[in-house]
Order: sequence, then structure tokens, then C-alpha cells
Amino acid sequence: MNFPILTYIIASTVLGALVVLCIPKKNVFLIKTVATISTGIVLLLSIFLVAKFNLANTDMQFQEKIIWIPQINIWYHLGLDGISIGLIFLTSLLGFLACIASYRINTREKEYFFFYLLLNTGMLGTFMALDLFLFYIFWEIVLVPMYFLIAIWGGPRKEYAAIKFFLYTLAGSVFMLLGIIALYFTSNPHTFNMLELAKPTQALALGLQIVIFIAFFLGFAVKVPLFPFHTWLPDAHVEAPTPISVLLAGVLLKMGGYGFFRISFPILKEAAHYFALPLAILAVINIIYAAFVAMAQRDFKKMVAYSSVSHMGFVILGLASMTITGFNGALLEMFNHGIITGAMFLLVGVLYERTHTRELDAFGGLGAKMPVYAGFLTIFTLASLGLPGLSGFVSEFLSLLGAYPVFKLITIISVLGMVITAGYFLYMLQRVLLGKLNEKWVNIIDMNKVELLTLLPLTLIVIAVGVYPLVVLKYQSSSISLLVGKLGGFLF
Amino acid sequence: MVNYAHLIPIFPFLAFTVNILFGRKLKKLSALISILASACAFLFSLLTLLGYLNGRGSYTFLNWFQWKGFSLDFGVLIDPLSCTMLLVVTFVGTLIQIYSIGYMHDDPRFSRFFAYISLFTASMLGLVLADNLLLLFIFWEGVGVCSYLLISFWFERESAANAGMKAFITTRIGDIGLLIGILILFSATHTFNFSALQGASGNYTLFTIAAFLIFSGAVGKSAQFPLHVWLPDAMEGPTPVSALIHAATMVAAGVYLVGRTFWLFSSHPLALNWVAYIGAITALFAASIATVNNDIKRILAYSTISQLGFMMMGLGMGGYSAGIFHLVTHAFFKALLFLCAGSVIHAVHTQDIQKMGGLFSKLKVTGATFIIASLAIAGIPPFAGFWSKDEILSEALRAGHPVLFSIGIVTSLLTAFYMFRLIFLVLLGKARSKLSAHESPRVMTIPLSILALCAITIGLIGSPFMHYAFQNFIHPEVESLKPDYLVMLVSTLVALLGIGIAYSFYILNNKILPVALRAKFAPFYRVVYNKYYVDEIYDAVFIKPCIALAKLSSKFDSGIIDGAVNGTARVTVLVSRVKSWFDLRIIDGVVNLTAKIVNVFSRSLRLAQTGRVQSYLLVGFLGLVIIILIKFMGGI
Repeated sequence: MNFPILTYIIASTVLGALVVLCIPKKNVFLIKTVATISTGIVLLLSIFLVAKFNLANTDMQFQEKIIWIPQINIWYHLGLDGISIGLIFLTSLLGFLACIASYRINTREKEYFFFYLLLNTGMLGTFMALDLFLFYIFWEIVLVPMYFLIAIWGGPRKEYAAIKFFLYTLAGSVFMLLGIIALYFTSNPHTFNMLELAKPTQALALGLQIVIFIAFFLGFAVKVPLFPFHTWLPDAHVEAPTPISVLLAGVLLKMGGYGFFRISFPILKEAAHYFALPLAILAVINIIYAAFVAMAQRDFKKMVAYSSVSHMGFVILGLASMTITGFNGALLEMFNHGIITGAMFLLVGVLYERTHTRELDAFGGLGAKMPVYAGFLTIFTLASLGLPGLSGFVSEFLSLLGAYPVFKLITIISVLGMVITAGYFLYMLQRVLLGKLNEKWVNIIDMNKVELLTLLPLTLIVIAVGVYPLVVLKYQSSSISLLVGKLGGFLF
Repeated sequence: MVNYAHLIPIFPFLAFTVNILFGRKLKKLSALISILASACAFLFSLLTLLGYLNGRGSYTFLNWFQWKGFSLDFGVLIDPLSCTMLLVVTFVGTLIQIYSIGYMHDDPRFSRFFAYISLFTASMLGLVLADNLLLLFIFWEGVGVCSYLLISFWFERESAANAGMKAFITTRIGDIGLLIGILILFSATHTFNFSALQGASGNYTLFTIAAFLIFSGAVGKSAQFPLHVWLPDAMEGPTPVSALIHAATMVAAGVYLVGRTFWLFSSHPLALNWVAYIGAITALFAASIATVNNDIKRILAYSTISQLGFMMMGLGMGGYSAGIFHLVTHAFFKALLFLCAGSVIHAVHTQDIQKMGGLFSKLKVTGATFIIASLAIAGIPPFAGFWSKDEILSEALRAGHPVLFSIGIVTSLLTAFYMFRLIFLVLLGKARSKLSAHESPRVMTIPLSILALCAITIGLIGSPFMHYAFQNFIHPEVESLKPDYLVMLVSTLVALLGIGIAYSFYILNNKILPVALRAKFAPFYRVVYNKYYVDEIYDAVFIKPCIALAKLSSKFDSGIIDGAVNGTARVTVLVSRVKSWFDLRIIDGVVNLTAKIVNVFSRSLRLAQTGRVQSYLLVGFLGLVIIILIKFMGGI
């Protein structure tokens, strides 16, 4: 591998950020162009990655490994496999689309796009890093720009939300750092290399594994988020500007799930088995409880935020099952949820842009005035509530199918959650699109070309994955089979 | 050999795609596209049937999942059942769409309507062709969502929007059961495929549970008690949609599902009996409501529920061919009934039968076809419904279910009664209000006539005259059927009795008798008139608690969980304040105190630092004096 493509991807966002810093802040057009080009290059490169990805190879691909701090054996080590490639593609796609959606930002554009690109660096790096130390750095890089992006360009309670987000995730990641250090010192020879740590020769005693698992769990559970660590999310989502909500729901939540896939499960195998049942219980609480909470929301964005919490339950349920089917479902659910919820937040943004409200009861009958918008909203709502033929169903079904033989009762309760989900989503559609047109919005205009452009690719993906899930599954299935095999999970 | 069966759903699906994307430009052309697609699907269904008769069968065409140790292929299942359903769906569906040109002609969302109808047809065809449970479930939900879109088609009306939502959620409750059933079957057999499942066996109790759960899906879709509540409300949709839902798609899916998984039921008698009794209860229950309702479409809706109950009863007694046969005949006459009702509504712009009357003279074609359809559903020979209903009743006696037989007879009586109550109140007698009625255009009446022809003749394919050709086709290994003339006689007499009662009530004694009866049975009448208060009970038992629970969860979330988070933050702030106070007052206090002490000292010392030489000299002198004094004193 003499073409360090992963480094180019990361460098593209870093360079973009630096260039933005050098542009005078009045030249907004140039700033936006640079940001678009930068995220566009990332998208193109990740498409290239997808095209060049070797489906049969279960090793890490596109690896880059350079010694960084030799004294304590820290490496600049990047790579990807079937587990991360989908998420990298998701990140670069949403990163690009949300960048276009960011054109609407009209205050302090220079800082905005600087932070925006830096955020992309952190997210992309997290999914590529194979060295725990590097992973931690990228993980924390995400926090800082996100804090400013919410705190400066957010809604009325932006300071509260930003601080809450920052402190909450920081508190979680401190435990994660402890876990990382513990892993380093218990390994022999001392290493931060995830691949080394996952080798059977490095296996730790169960008690130690449990402690470290809990430390990582606290870091990841906040990000997923798992009940009861989820309350930062509705606030952060509601206050963040639209493009940031898209990345928050679309990508940031996936970092938690990815952590389980990449670190907790492969490195701490016995502990993962030990905690399978508690994880499944938390998953079903996420699914049912968050669905009920979502039903009671009056704020459109908050409802979508809670629906995210509910959907992430399926990720954890699939993970807890320790089956190939469940793992495939969980990973695919992360990808699908990223696409669907990203689109949902874009759609909420479209409406907010026009009406400056997110109160569900303030709308009504918009279907008559905004047929195109209504079409998109209906498609993504149906995808969210798990309608077969659209992507959400496939992954949720696989999670359930994988989990059923292992946790019968929990799976059945989770299935019941699908009724509640259908309930609150349809109730939302009804309040927004159906019924009599609210007189206030007689002059509302339908979606414009830019908005259409950002939603169209997501729609196509949702339909493609729903109709023929192998388009995504084929990338991940061999890596997952390998992982489940190593875990000693169920092979079906 | 080219396989083409999987193209059948693709035609209407393409029509949907074209109409939804370019509908606004296509305008009225969209109807043509949908109808053409539907007609093509019909043609291919015929070809598929011919192919099947020449020995061409099922095949797979798409690999859907694949990973280590697991692979899932999608394919089409071609057997007598699917061929029959294909023909019914495409034939009736095409006629309904032709009729819709007239019915919907000045609707602003004309093309959207045809797009949805095409999607609906496509989903139903996919469901019928699916060769495995998962694919069936996918289209099953597709049918559900199309019904949602079509029922709430006139979404500006609050009631239509509510009805669509109710339909989707009620059927989804059943679907959850179906999904769990699928999970159980899969985890026991590791296959979704129907032909593989057929030979599978496993834990008897578990499979019985699976059968119950799968049936719950059918209960939802086929609007059986207790999940029937969505169907009457679904009348909010445009009438052709009702015809489609009630005849060819949607509700037929439930019966089809039971037919498709019939092996599971027939090998687990408990589940089979459950099907029969739920069917019977539904049949009687819905028929009783239909007798007192005054909305032309709702009467038909309850009659559908009742007839579907009949089918379920037939299947549940082991009468596979009888149940499916009734499904087929019902599709024709029920489509006809709805289209007639639509034509009436189109003419008079009201749905209240108490406001109609004497319309026959103005609506000749509609009236005549309406009467034919009613005769068919009432079970008067030789109309279609007679033969299939007779099959079910004979099956009841043959299988030894006297209770179910009596329920069937009573339901037949009620059916004949409420249908002719409808006919007499709408078409005959005197007009009860001033309505300017005019016959519908040709594009609507021609489909009516074709369907009427079918309603007369389609039953013959399963009659003794044709040696039960249909039954032998659909279920070849069935025990040889013999005509049961006694049952035929009884059911005909019962039907005639029902018509006679309706005649005496509504033509002879137009006012007196019903009112007198109402007085006598007032409380019972009120219960039936209010549909046994099922909606109200559900509202109180499920919906309100659910919303309350949602609100409670939300309060819990923002109060307790988030409260804990904010509480932690507040405690942290408080602790830091205390610490800050401690830091400021105590720690820093000590530091400052030290400083202050030093300060005090230095301040006082500073007084000495005056910078004046004279003072220094004075102090030096005084010091000297003191030293000398001490020296002297010490010396002494």
C-alpha cells in the first residue's frame, strides 16, 4: 500500500480547516467552497475505498502504520475492515450533505466551517484508528468542535445543551481512558494496538475483563446512548443547528456502537458474554421506553431524537445476541439509522427554516401545500417505523432474528415496540401533513433544489438497501462472521 | 424457458413509479398507465396459469442475504392457490381501476390515486407470489401501508386521516404476532421457505403457538374479531379503494395467509379450531351490526367482515377448498357491491340510506347490478355466493361442527336480511328526501356489468354442475365432494326468509314494525347500533392508557432521569461552591492571614522607614543611650 488513502481522507479535512482559517471572514463564498471541496474529496475517496475494498479479505485493509511515540509504543495506525467501511462511507456522505445543508448558516461562517471540518476529522479518524491511543485522540477531537457548534450556532438553550453534551461525554470518555490505560498495562508487551490486544494470547482474567469492560461501557453507553445515559441527546439535538443534528444522530451515536464492535467485544470476549444479558435488557428498555417518551413529545426534533434512542436499542440487542445474524443486523442498523435519521433531521430543518417552529401541533395539512416534502417525509417516516422494502426493516429484522433464539422474551417485547413506533410516527405525520391546512402556512413553499439534492441520495440508499440489502451486507458479513467466530458466538 | 411470473407485480410497480414521479405532467394519462399495467399483469397471470398447467412451477430469482452458513433466496411460488389469487386480483383490480376513471375524474390528486392503486396491486401480487414467509411479510406490510395511504387519501378530512392511522396500527398489532410467529418458525426450522416448512416438524406446543401467532396476523388483515375495528372506518377512503380493499387485496391477504400456511393449522387442531371459532364469532357479530347500520358503505364493510369470518370458519373446519372458493366468489360480488354503492353515492352525494329510496327508476344499471350482487351474497341459487356458502355449510356438517353450522345458518339469515334491507331502502320504496340522481357514466357502468356477469356465473366453477372443478384444481387430494341437497335447500330457504323479513319490515310495514321492535329490544338494539362499544372499550383499555404511559414516561425522563443528571450537575456545583468557599475562606484565609500578619508587622516596621537621616540618628542615639543605661544598670 504505497498510497496512504486513509491519511489523505483525514488530511483533506484538516487541510480544509486550516485553509478556512486563512481566508478572510468576509469571503463567505470561498469559505463554503473550500469546505465543500474538502468534504467532497473525502466523499470521493471513500467511494474509492468502497470500490477497492476486497470483500473476501477479512484482515484490515488499507493499513498505514507509522511509529509515533516509540517510548510507550504508540503508533499512528489506521486501517479498515468490513465493520468500519460502512460507517466511514456513512460519515463521509453525511459530512458532505450536511456541509451543503450548512450553507444556510449566516453568522460567523468562518468559525463554523472551521469547527465543522475539524468535527469531520475526529469522526473519520475514530472509525479508522487501530491504535487505542490514537482512537482516544480522535474520539476527543469530536467533542470540542461539537461543543462550539452547539454553543454558538444553536437554539435558545444552546449553552445548557452544549455544556451538558460536553461534560456528559467527557465523563464517559474518562472512564474509557482508564480502560485504555488498563489494557495497556495488562498487555504483554505493553501495547495500544487493538489487533494485538484482540489476540487470544492477550486474554485477561475474567474479573479484570469485567472491570475494563465496564470502563469502556461507560464511555460507549453515553455515546450510543443507552438508558439511563441518554438525556444529553434530546437537548443536544434540539438545540443544535440542522446540519449538526444530522451528524450528531447520523454519525456520533454510531461511535458508541462501533466501540462495542471494535474494542469491547473483540478484546474482552469473556466479559462480553458475561454482560450479554444486561446489555439485552438495556436494549429492550431503550426500544420500548424511548418509544413511549417519543410518543409524548410535542417538539418535532425531540421526537426524532427519542426515536433515535429507541432505534439504537436494536443495535445493542443485535450485539448482545452474539450471533452472526444479530451482529449483521446491529451493524446494518447503525448504517441505516444514520441515513434515515440524518434525513429526518434534514426534513425537520426544512420545515423549521420556513416556519421557525418545531411544535408538531403548530403544523397541519401541509401535505396539500408541500407535496414533494410530504413524499420525502412519508418515505423516511415509513423507513423509520420499519416498513419492509425500506432499509430500516432489514436491519431491525436481522437484529430480532439473531436475538430471538438467545433472548426469547426480550425479543418478543422488542417486537411489540414496533407498534408503538408505528403509532408515534404516524401520529407525527398526521399532525404535520394531514388534516386541515393551518391558515398560518398558506404561503409556505415546497422544497427547493438544494434541499432536494441533499435528500435524494439518502432516499436512494434507503430504497436500495431495503430492496436488496446485500449491497451493504456483502461488505460487512465476512468480517462479522470472523468476529463472531472468534467470540464463540452462534454461527447462524 | 423464460420465467416471467415475477414480472407480474413489476408491471403495476412500474406504473406506480411513473405515476408518482411524473403524475403532475401525465394528468389523466396516469389512469391509462395504471390500467395498462394491471391488464398486463392479468395477461401474465393467465400465462402463468397456463404454464403451471403445463408443468412449470416455482423458481427463485434473487439472493437476498448471504453469509457464512446462511443464505436466503427469494422466489415465486406457483401453485393452484397463487394462480387463483393472481387472476382474481388482476381481473377485479383492473375493472376497479377502469371504474375509478369515472369516480375520481375531478379529483385534484387523480394521478396520485392511480399511483397508490398500482402500488397496492403490486404489493398484493407480490404477497401472493412470495415463496417464503419473509417475502410474504414484506409485501404484507406493503399492502398495509398502501391501505394507509389510500384510506387517508382525502387527508384534509380529519376523519380520513384518523381512519388511515387506525387501519395501519390495528393491522400492525396483528402483524407483530405474525412476525413473532415467523421468528419462532425460523428458529425451529432455519428456513422461511414455504415448501421447506411444509415438511418441517418440531415442538408441538411451540408450533401450535406459532400457528396462533400467524393467525393473529390474518386476524388483523382480514379484520376478524377483535381486530376488526379498522375496516368500517376505512370507508373514509374513496369508494373504489374500498372495493379494492374488500374484494381483491388487503382483507383477502389474511385468508390467503391461512390458506398458504394451512399445513401448520391442519396438523395442529387446537389452532385450526381457533380459526373456525374466531371466524364464526366474527361472522355472526359483524352481520348483527350490519342489520342496524344506516351508512351504505359501513353496512357493506360489516358484511365483508362477516363474509371473511365465513371464510375463516370454512378454513378452520378443514375445508380448505371451501374457504378459498368463498374468497374467490366473494371477491367478485363484493367488488360489485362496493362499486354499485360508489355509483349510488356518486349519484346522490350521501351515504345515509335513510335519506335514499326509490332510486331504481333513476339508476337502472346500477340498480340491476346491485340486486344481482345482493342475491349473490345472500346465497340465492344459482348466483356465485350460493355455491361457496353452501360448500362451507356442508363442510360444517361433514366435519361434525353442529354449533358452527347453526352459526352459519343464522349468519346467512342475517346476511340476506341486511342486504335486502339495504336494497329496499335504497332502490325501492319512495324517495325519503329530495335527491337529484343520475346514472353514472359508461366507464363506471361497464365494469359493473362485467362484474355482475361474474357474480352470476363464477360460482358454477365450484358447483356440482362442473364436478367441483375449482375444488379439484385448488386441492386435488381432497375427499370426493358430493352435493348435499338438504344443506342447499336449507340455506336457500333461510336466505329467502331473510329477504322476506326485510320485505315485510321495509316495504310492507315501512315504519311500524321496526319501531315496535326497537322499543322492545331497545337496550340490545342500542348495543348493536353502537357496534357493541368495541371502539369505546379499546379507547379506554388500550389507547388512553398507552397515551398516559407515554406522558408518564416523558415526565419520568425529564423529571427523574434528566433530573438526576441535572441534580448531579447541581450537586457538583454546590460542592464546588462549598469548596470554593472553603478555599476562599479557610485555605486562602490562612494564606491571607499569614500575609496579613506579615503585613501588620511590616506596616508597623515601615513606620520606622521614614527616610529622614535625623530620625535615624535620633534612633541610633536613643539606642546608644539604652545600651549605656543597660550596661550601667547591669553593672550594678
